[in-house]
Amino acid sequence: MNGQTATKTTNQIILDGLWRDNPIFRQILGICSTLAVTNNVTNTAVMCISLSLVTALSCATVSAMKEWTPKTVRMMVQVLIIAFYVIIVDILLRAYWPDMSRNLGPYVGLIITNCIVMGRCEAFAQSNRPWPSFLDGLFSGLGYSVILMVIAAIREVMGMGTLAGYPLPYFSTQWDKWVIMVMPPGAFFVLACLLWLCRSIGIKGKKS
Amino acid sequence: MILLAANTSSIGSEVWMAVVTCFAAIFTQNILLSYFLGMCSFISVSREVKTAVGLGAAVVFVMTATTILNWMAYWWVLVPLNLEFYKYILFIIIIAAFVQLIEMIIDRYSPALYQNLGIFLPLITVNCAILGAVLWMVIREYSLIVTVGFGFGSGVGWMMAIVAMAGIRQRIDESKIPAGLRGPGITLIIAGIMALAFVGFTGVLQ
Repeated sequence: MNGQTATKTTNQIILDGLWRDNPIFRQILGICSTLAVTNNVTNTAVMCISLSLVTALSCATVSAMKEWTPKTVRMMVQVLIIAFYVIIVDILLRAYWPDMSRNLGPYVGLIITNCIVMGRCEAFAQSNRPWPSFLDGLFSGLGYSVILMVIAAIREVMGMGTLAGYPLPYFSTQWDKWVIMVMPPGAFFVLACLLWLCRSIGIKGKKS
Repeated sequence: MILLAANTSSIGSEVWMAVVTCFAAIFTQNILLSYFLGMCSFISVSREVKTAVGLGAAVVFVMTATTILNWMAYWWVLVPLNLEFYKYILFIIIIAAFVQLIEMIIDRYSPALYQNLGIFLPLITVNCAILGAVLWMVIREYSLIVTVGFGFGSGVGWMMAIVAMAGIRQRIDESKIPAGLRGPGITLIIAGIMALAFVGFTGVLQ
């Protein structure tokens, strides 16, 4: 694995992050901290951008510091690096967008325990140079964000008839709103259906 | 009963609040089914009832203890010093240190318990449910007594959900499920149905 990843090109990293190794479909990682805010597109977008930036920057930092980090305490060092960036994001949000900070509640802080961040640091950044690690982190984060944005869009449109707060023509008037979509069970069902769809495509792709 | 509690001393009403919060954390605001915390281990460790019970018990214990410890660290140390923004780092360190300590103690004094619980303890350090419960406790500004109820209730709620899920997954092990839905897919659908059942508790508490 290490030998292969070391020679990965930029394009491969991007494609892997977005589709082939997509954190959600391939690995079912890190849905904890973000699934909860997918009942609204704006919240999800902010959360996803924060997560992608934290992942990218932590991966780059972990990779830059890997030579000086003793192997035995590397997990602790990684957690501290991640926590450092999460604190920056949290303070920025609270200073410039207090309403959003209140909406997201504890979930910004929970990026620390998001398995994707730690997973990418451990799996890729440990054995690669800072720039590829940055890209890998960024695109893993974005691959994850795309799916969460789809979930958020489905939930918000079907549940409230709006998209990012703007009423949509058909959904806000004639559509019978599915309240269940904005409640927690909706997130589970939508994610499960998307997972089913993408895995089926993956299985077919492998057969042919 | 609420009226009765209001007339007694403030400690009494605090304890009553703690009981209500505990109940709410188990049923109406289940940390897993309505806040989506601890999903990773919920999906990967829910294949067998026995392991689910082990992990669940470890979570109940660690969650109760760390919410109390972190409450003290936050309100008695960070707030007086105006260092609230360090809370994430402090919470993570306290949780990790506590788990490590417990692991050493159990290993030393009760090898039998270590056999059953030991492997789950390291998993718990990165379980978002623990940090999530701690952060909720800070955001909602619970008092110490209420925090005890909240931490315990959240742990029990999480344990209940994962044990129920493991039981269901064992039953459907042999069923024919579409290939794309096997594993995590069907787990999420079951979780959705469970969450739906828990939504029914919403009206119970106000």
